[in-house]
Amino acid sequence: MKYLSEYRNLEATKKVLKEIEKTITKPWNIMEICGGQTHGLVKNGILDLLPEKVRMIHGPGCPVCVTPLNLIDKAIELLEKGVIVCSFGDMIRVPGSKKSLLEVKAEGGDLRILYSPLEAVNIAKNNPDKEVVFFAVGFETTAPANALSVLHAQKEGVKNYSILVSHVLVPPAMEAILSDEFSSIDAFLGAGHVCAIMGYQEYFPLAKKYMVPIIITGFEPLDLVQGILFAVKQLEKGSYEVENQYARVVKEKGNEAAINVINKVFEVGDREWRGIGEIPNSGYKLREEFKNFDAELKFGISNIKVPENSKCIAGEILKGIKKPNQCSEFGKTCTPANPLGAPMVSSEGACAAYYHFQTI
Amino acid sequence: MDTKNLGFDTINLGHGSGGTMTRDLLDKIIFKTFDNPYLNQKHDGSIVKFDGEIAISTDSFVISPIFFKGGNIGELAVNGTVNDVAMCGAIPKYLSLAFIVEEGLKIDEFIKIVNSVKAAADESGVLIITGDTKVVERGKGDKIFINTTGFGEVHPKAKITTDNIKIGDKIIVNGFIAQHGMAIMSQREGLQFESTIESDTTNVNYLVNDLLDKFGDKIHLFRDPTRGGLASVLSEIAGDINKGVAIYEKDIPLEKQVAAACEILGLDPLYVANEGVFLTIVDSAVAEEVLDLMKKDEKGKNSICVGEITKNHPTKVVMQSLIGGKRIVTPLIGEQLPRIC
Repeated sequence: MKYLSEYRNLEATKKVLKEIEKTITKPWNIMEICGGQTHGLVKNGILDLLPEKVRMIHGPGCPVCVTPLNLIDKAIELLEKGVIVCSFGDMIRVPGSKKSLLEVKAEGGDLRILYSPLEAVNIAKNNPDKEVVFFAVGFETTAPANALSVLHAQKEGVKNYSILVSHVLVPPAMEAILSDEFSSIDAFLGAGHVCAIMGYQEYFPLAKKYMVPIIITGFEPLDLVQGILFAVKQLEKGSYEVENQYARVVKEKGNEAAINVINKVFEVGDREWRGIGEIPNSGYKLREEFKNFDAELKFGISNIKVPENSKCIAGEILKGIKKPNQCSEFGKTCTPANPLGAPMVSSEGACAAYYHFQTI
Repeated sequence: MDTKNLGFDTINLGHGSGGTMTRDLLDKIIFKTFDNPYLNQKHDGSIVKFDGEIAISTDSFVISPIFFKGGNIGELAVNGTVNDVAMCGAIPKYLSLAFIVEEGLKIDEFIKIVNSVKAAADESGVLIITGDTKVVERGKGDKIFINTTGFGEVHPKAKITTDNIKIGDKIIVNGFIAQHGMAIMSQREGLQFESTIESDTTNVNYLVNDLLDKFGDKIHLFRDPTRGGLASVLSEIAGDINKGVAIYEKDIPLEKQVAAACEILGLDPLYVANEGVFLTIVDSAVAEEVLDLMKKDEKGKNSICVGEITKNHPTKVVMQSLIGGKRIVTPLIGEQLPRIC
């Protein structure tokens, strides 16, 4: 647990909190991009320990939350066609337009919960008479493993394997938020794990164009308060640099081997975000030479389109315009057991974090 | 037992028919293993004598995989029910044992499970006094399901009820949490990871008995946080007693490897299942002595006080985090699922 216990240290965290208090002179709106960071802030009770002038706004960085409804319906369609669908765990409870993957599993669908997409290739090898699809959801963080599964299947000649791609990218989402007329973000805590893969060179033009400090930040309590301190210091000074708080994991150029694997298999394309809509060049799609691994083409399901639930304000939550407890349905008609939208399901969703880790 | 002389190497539908094949299975395996005067009557049921109040608890075991690091479904089915009876403040005496077997189960696997049932029953001092064996078609079960019902004599000094819990009472846990759930998780298809984490399945009835002998009605509650983990049990208790429960993250007993596995999979150990863990809520006046006694016992050597009952925040469990923040701990909803990244 090295590098974890040090970053959960009470005294060190207190010291940083005091420094934030000393530095801050006026209110600032700071958005943490990643759902893991939202989770960390709420789970550790940090929101109540911060000075009132620090206003944390929860960002869109929950891969499950931003996966559009029609993609879940597509996965359900595959399950109902008899395809073995493999998925990361927290995707399976998210409601589609009519039901969730978990409900289709209960009705007899062959749904497998995996930790690694490479395991899905093994399932395909072991079930040559069945089609196997991996539900490739996530930000840049999960892209290398998903890409690797395609390369692995190609190398092994596994023809009954394909992926349902819904990869989204962080920098275009940040730009979409910054250019929204209702946005009031003064600084960002950048997503540490995404930057571990991609580095943080992409953020320099963004910080300059919108004049916002971007602090690449980790997930432990000390990481989070340090990230906030760096942001407050810059804001008070009027500077807008990209700073790396998470240097023990993140390098400026990222993980070059992982980036190469991503670029070999995927290319950047337009992508729909749940609750936000289509953002240009905000996701990955399979390159032409890997089209035979594209489940949407293989099974002819690209035309499935469904409207979002009108009561769910996921879009405003994901853009940081509203907080979960400002939603009229929060904790009433919308609970983790009976969610209206994805942010209430995923452990990284802002609504679920508020519901599970309510502060007192 | 020499499986070669049995005349069959898998269980099939005939073994649940009630005819000669069933008899064969019972005689050669069940009666031979559990040999005791109650069972030897080979009747439809057993007649037993009890003095005073009795505690009864039933549980079904459907775990997959049936063999896991640290145990198998057989000992789990005994320990689980024995502990549930003990949690009532009773001394477990007798168990019923019912199998639902999916046809095709290898006989040596079945015997291994039956032997584990026998060993666990002997260890916790209970007799198997009645039972049942059914066989279902392939695909209609998952290898083997077991139901056990336990019967125990309520300890003469026991007054186990949430009504006795008062503000200031201490909450003590007998050892590391989340071991069982993480041992099972590490062997599930698609989630396998290399670890030496073992299930903590064991009986705790002797330790419970010792606590009642010495502290009697100063022990206000026993509960075993199996499915749903410590968080769910504490939430239930807080709701039942209409008082607050305060716990401290720094005191939650967690073994390093389990903590690391939970971090990797994104699971909160407070919600992960346990088998050999129990919590007791005791009068604060005896809390230190209770801890001393528990720590001297093999089944309680890692005991620790994790929190107390408070006047504040009635019906809610509030945990103070390592860095001093506070949050409400809610009960588990649905199944805990590993997260994406």
